[in-house]
Amino acid sequence: MAKITVNFERCKGCALCTTACPKKIVAMQKEKRNSKGYYTAICTDESLCIGCGMCYTMCPDCAITVER
Amino acid sequence: MAVAYKRPHAYCDVPTHYCPGCTHGIVHRILSEVIDEMGIEGDTIGICPVGCSVMAYDYFNCDMIEAPHGRAPAVATGVKRAKPDSYVFTYQGDGDLAAIGTCETVHAATRGENIVVIFINNTTYGMTGGQMAPTTLPGQVTQTTPFGRDTSVQGFPVKVCEMLSTLSGTALAQRVAVDSVPHINEAKKAIRKAFENQKEKRGFSIVEVLSTCPTNWGLSPVEALDRLRNEMIPYYPLGVYKDVNVREEGKEDA
Amino acid sequence: MSERSLMKGNEALAEAAMRAGCKCFFGYPITPQTEISAYLAKKMSANGGLFLQAESEIAAINMVLGAASTGTRCMTSSSSPGISLKSEGISYIAASDLPCVIINVQRGGPGLGGIQPSQADYWQATKGLGHGDFHILVYAPASVQEMVDMAVNAFDKADQYRMPAMILADGLLGQMMEPVTFPEIKPMEYDKSWAASGHKNKREHNIINSLFLTPEVLENSVIERFERYRKIEETETDAEIYLCNDADIVVCAFGATARVAKSAVNLARGKGIKAGLFRPKTLWPFPVNELKDAVKTAKKILSVEMNMGQMIDDIKLATECKIPVSFFGRTGGVIPKPMEILDKIVDLGGDI
Repeated sequence: MAKITVNFERCKGCALCTTACPKKIVAMQKEKRNSKGYYTAICTDESLCIGCGMCYTMCPDCAITVER
Repeated sequence: MAVAYKRPHAYCDVPTHYCPGCTHGIVHRILSEVIDEMGIEGDTIGICPVGCSVMAYDYFNCDMIEAPHGRAPAVATGVKRAKPDSYVFTYQGDGDLAAIGTCETVHAATRGENIVVIFINNTTYGMTGGQMAPTTLPGQVTQTTPFGRDTSVQGFPVKVCEMLSTLSGTALAQRVAVDSVPHINEAKKAIRKAFENQKEKRGFSIVEVLSTCPTNWGLSPVEALDRLRNEMIPYYPLGVYKDVNVREEGKEDA
Repeated sequence: MSERSLMKGNEALAEAAMRAGCKCFFGYPITPQTEISAYLAKKMSANGGLFLQAESEIAAINMVLGAASTGTRCMTSSSSPGISLKSEGISYIAASDLPCVIINVQRGGPGLGGIQPSQADYWQATKGLGHGDFHILVYAPASVQEMVDMAVNAFDKADQYRMPAMILADGLLGQMMEPVTFPEIKPMEYDKSWAASGHKNKREHNIINSLFLTPEVLENSVIERFERYRKIEETETDAEIYLCNDADIVVCAFGATARVAKSAVNLARGKGIKAGLFRPKTLWPFPVNELKDAVKTAKKILSVEMNMGQMIDDIKLATECKIPVSFFGRTGGVIPKPMEILDKIVDLGGDI
């Protein structure tokens, strides 16, 4: 049981987190931009999250919090 | 569920001015994590000279000093000598450390100043818009090498860790990268080791971090990581170039 | 406990700095101020302080920036070409509102110039010690005793106003030996809550900074600094006024040159010429009101300097160009002689 929370306003949409996730469940959404105009990262399937923290480690903006 | 990974306290909870995908943010975070884990925020003084990270004084929760271009090791020397019990780090880019500030860097190292130098090598001058840096790779196109860096005209890149590892005052010279999670974890360990060296008064510790500049490289953040891996690491091999802990004890500290 | 000793100007200044609580000295060798470094290298550590020879003048001033940022009293010392190298750092220090003391034992210039005494850095010290809008306090000693007194005062004023203070000496004062008495130091407490010395988890982090990317914010920081400068101009000027009460000719001279000029004034008085001497002890702020008082009866002013007349503009401005200002100077390391100055006074006295 684990989950990630992406800070919608802090995410700059760089997608580095998507390269780090071993479960391939971090992706960029293309529906809603934040106030700075970025499409942000989301978790596509929370049930698969193992809370490994790799997305957090790769994020240059400290926009991801991991719980487990 | 409990929070397993979140912003370290030493890293201010503010948006940064860095471009999307710029790896400065990763280095800021792991540096802050080390400060948190060692419990030294209240005794740490950071020095950020001119470059993209000049405004890092707004990003670290410890006391901060903004220094003239290239002069951070001299400023750090003044701080450390005045307050020997504090932890002092500089955070410098390649133009700052290896061009305009080479003299200050070399002499702080050879004096064995008990400071930590975080050296961001992204092969370009980021803040001024992507000109040739002392670390720009041969053939690399920049604003001031529009036909690629021609070593017969612009000379060769400076290999900082290799150079500083020859100096007796250097305690640690290690090159790391932030292109992948294992490398980032390695980078954090190196920074931790550098701060431990300062605690034990072992001398000058430099951690060179191979980093990206997607904006000035004209690449997406993910493509920039590929370039770091495929072009930079072969030219600037990762590894420990000097570690007094190894020299003194015959084996590396755990 | 004040004791009297015979000392070289440079060494007396170094001793005074140490007594004034200077805890860190960063310097680079250059003639004719090297005795300051040599003295402090010997004495600093025994006095609980630090002496460090830097790799360059640039590094030395930036080490001062670092030590000053922690709220520690610190100093650097150099001579003319070295001060030019420090000017970048001095601008940053002024812009970061940091206190420190800078010694310039001037030598002849421009360029590498010579190593003999000079006052050719007057403009640099008072008008242009780096880029941007700023001033530093500039003190001009004329004796070994004043090297001591002004050094002690400079540390206090630097702390009080959070700005760099300079002792603008010259090779003559640095090298001459005179008896000095060291004043008793009254330790003063200055607010250092701004210092970047580690917050100990007891306050917000302090930032020492000179970067302001929003024009209005930068403008405001400069305006605030200039308000401080206005107060300094009102309260911190100092000058010696000698025989000016009835003077027809007021000789203006600072530093070691003023001593030669004083001899010339005495010789002129012996010849029946009503000459007086005005000696600014602070060059910035320039003692405008003191000069106005000194020239109340004067018909002519003679500026005597070891340069090509760098103080003339300040004299003219202070006296609103109401009195003609003549000039006599030697430069390049040549020291003016009393008789040369007397001849000039006599020339000027002829048509009064």
